[in-house]
Amino acid sequence: MADTALATGAPTRALKYGSIAKDRRWALRLSYFFLTLFAIFFLMPPIYMFITSLKTSAEISAETNPWWVFNPTLANYIELLTQDTYLIFFRNSAMVSVIVVTISMLISVFAAFALARMRFWGSTLLATGVFLTYLIPETLLFIPLFKMMAMVRDATGIELMNNWWTMIILYPTLTVPFCTWIMIGYFASIPKELDEAALIDGATWIQTLTKIFIPVALPGIIAATIFAFTVSWAQFLYPLAFTTSTDQLVLPVGIITTLIKGDVFNWGQIMTGALLGAAPPLIIYAFLMDYYIAGLTAGATKG
Amino acid sequence: MAQVTLQKIVKTFDRTEAVRGIDLDIADREFVVLVGPSGCGKTTTLRMIAGLEEITAGEIRIGGRLVNDVPPKDRDIAMVFQNYALYPHMSVFDNMSFGLKLRKVAKEEIKERVEAAAGILSIMELLDRRPRQLSGGQRQRVAMGRAIVRHPQVFLFDEPLSNLDAKLRVQMRTEIKKVHQRVQTTTVYVTHDQIEAMTLADRVVVMNGGRIEQVGTPNELYNHPNTRFVAGFIGSPAMNFIPCRVDAHGSGLKVKVADLPDLPVPAERAERYRPQVGRELLLGLRPEHIKESRGPLGPGISEIQARIEVVEPMGMETMVYFPVGGIDVCGRVAPEAGGRAGSAMPLAVDMNQMHLIDPATDRVV
Repeated sequence: MADTALATGAPTRALKYGSIAKDRRWALRLSYFFLTLFAIFFLMPPIYMFITSLKTSAEISAETNPWWVFNPTLANYIELLTQDTYLIFFRNSAMVSVIVVTISMLISVFAAFALARMRFWGSTLLATGVFLTYLIPETLLFIPLFKMMAMVRDATGIELMNNWWTMIILYPTLTVPFCTWIMIGYFASIPKELDEAALIDGATWIQTLTKIFIPVALPGIIAATIFAFTVSWAQFLYPLAFTTSTDQLVLPVGIITTLIKGDVFNWGQIMTGALLGAAPPLIIYAFLMDYYIAGLTAGATKG
Repeated sequence: MAQVTLQKIVKTFDRTEAVRGIDLDIADREFVVLVGPSGCGKTTTLRMIAGLEEITAGEIRIGGRLVNDVPPKDRDIAMVFQNYALYPHMSVFDNMSFGLKLRKVAKEEIKERVEAAAGILSIMELLDRRPRQLSGGQRQRVAMGRAIVRHPQVFLFDEPLSNLDAKLRVQMRTEIKKVHQRVQTTTVYVTHDQIEAMTLADRVVVMNGGRIEQVGTPNELYNHPNTRFVAGFIGSPAMNFIPCRVDAHGSGLKVKVADLPDLPVPAERAERYRPQVGRELLLGLRPEHIKESRGPLGPGISEIQARIEVVEPMGMETMVYFPVGGIDVCGRVAPEAGGRAGSAMPLAVDMNQMHLIDPATDRVV
């Protein structure tokens, strides 16, 4: 009763009073609503994959509720994990990703340090060039790459086609430019005085990089590592174009080439394979996220 | 410990001259402050001594050794930066010992030196903390500690107090002076704050436009400025500059200023100013030499009637502003002198402390 009297008696004042808290409450409600929507939307496919992976082929094609497993079975998992081919794909993917991440980070951290800190002739132009490289889509590149591989074979006799390790040469063309760009940004945010202090303290460039820059820019390095890993783990086009033998395939290509036989889709195993394949990036994200979020630069200088 | 010598130092950045030929001799154990407005080249000069900027022309010697092409780490210097530049991922102990570790000093000695420096700066209990857990003043102490443990030949300070609040700045100023009295290392200190310069320095170097205006002890600069710039820069509130003319006055001289009665020049200064008779000059008078008039006037002191426009009480004294020939002149009177805005007030001008400046050359005559 008192509320209505207040609302009609002095409408403008009553409306304005406490409006910040009210706005905030509404903003919170809206964000929770959309976050929930978002989570449902993006969790649907993996949940469906999980449900399907527990079904037999007969149940998948049966006209029952697709969101329920009536006869759960681990047969798909057992079959996939006892098959040599799936394990080979997994091994190939792991080898490629780990090596590519290592190579990319080594190159991009050094490159970014040089581009961000050692002022030399053309360094700005070079930094922009690195970024432009990243903007060229890979779909434009795989035909020229074919040509280049043929040239390498003709010139040296080294066969690059149909080898899993060729991916180690190819993937850094995607990861290095972007990682370098991320790291340039992170290194540029480190105050100039920090390396000058290190320089006066007696550190060489390499010591400044390893003892100051890398620890301080750790969140950036982790971000770049996650990016490089995700790109190499999920890369599809290059391995599809450049590898054909079963023992040379990586996971994403392997699953679709061996588990789809003609027009027979082995859905249960495809889902299982994809689900297991999604696990490593998930685990890596979970481990590195804490570091990724932590801002370590606070307190270096004023602020 | 060492002396630092700068000879004809020039620094150009893409055709703009930041430093235009500086000569400076800094004695062993001396505390020298480079002071000037922003862009005067003081920080560039310091960075050239540190080896962080290349020298375009000239020679820098530290302890007699030519260091033009010596990298910073081999110059045996330590520097304290304006924004502290502490390594954020290291504890205070590691921050302070970083330079020693790189120089492969024995572990026990590192510990000893860090603890000694921490003792001097009273930061013993902070040694395990990270920089982000420290307040501004504490961070500045750590930055100084990092310099002290190195036992360098020269300390370089680049506006170390500019990021601190006013109260802490005064406190740290005293702290820096104490540290210098204890460790006695040759120090070059850059600031834009003339009070900091005056209070800390054995000698102050006033810079302007890439050149040295004047070098001297704080009192020399205050009492005998060479140029209008130094006269206006040193002292707060700044010196008043009033257009005037010097005329003969019997056997002596007098200064004629618009709106004011003639101000006789003290006898001992008459000879010095005689060549200036008849010329348009600037009369330089510090606010502290324009006081309330009380009792009989001493020799060289003239009384004027001032129409007070603005009164600024400071507690221990009161600033009064009054117009003279279209210029606001500041005087410093005792708080009980009773100056009120809009009222007239008799003020005593101490002509024994006067300066005359030639506006054509901006030099004090």
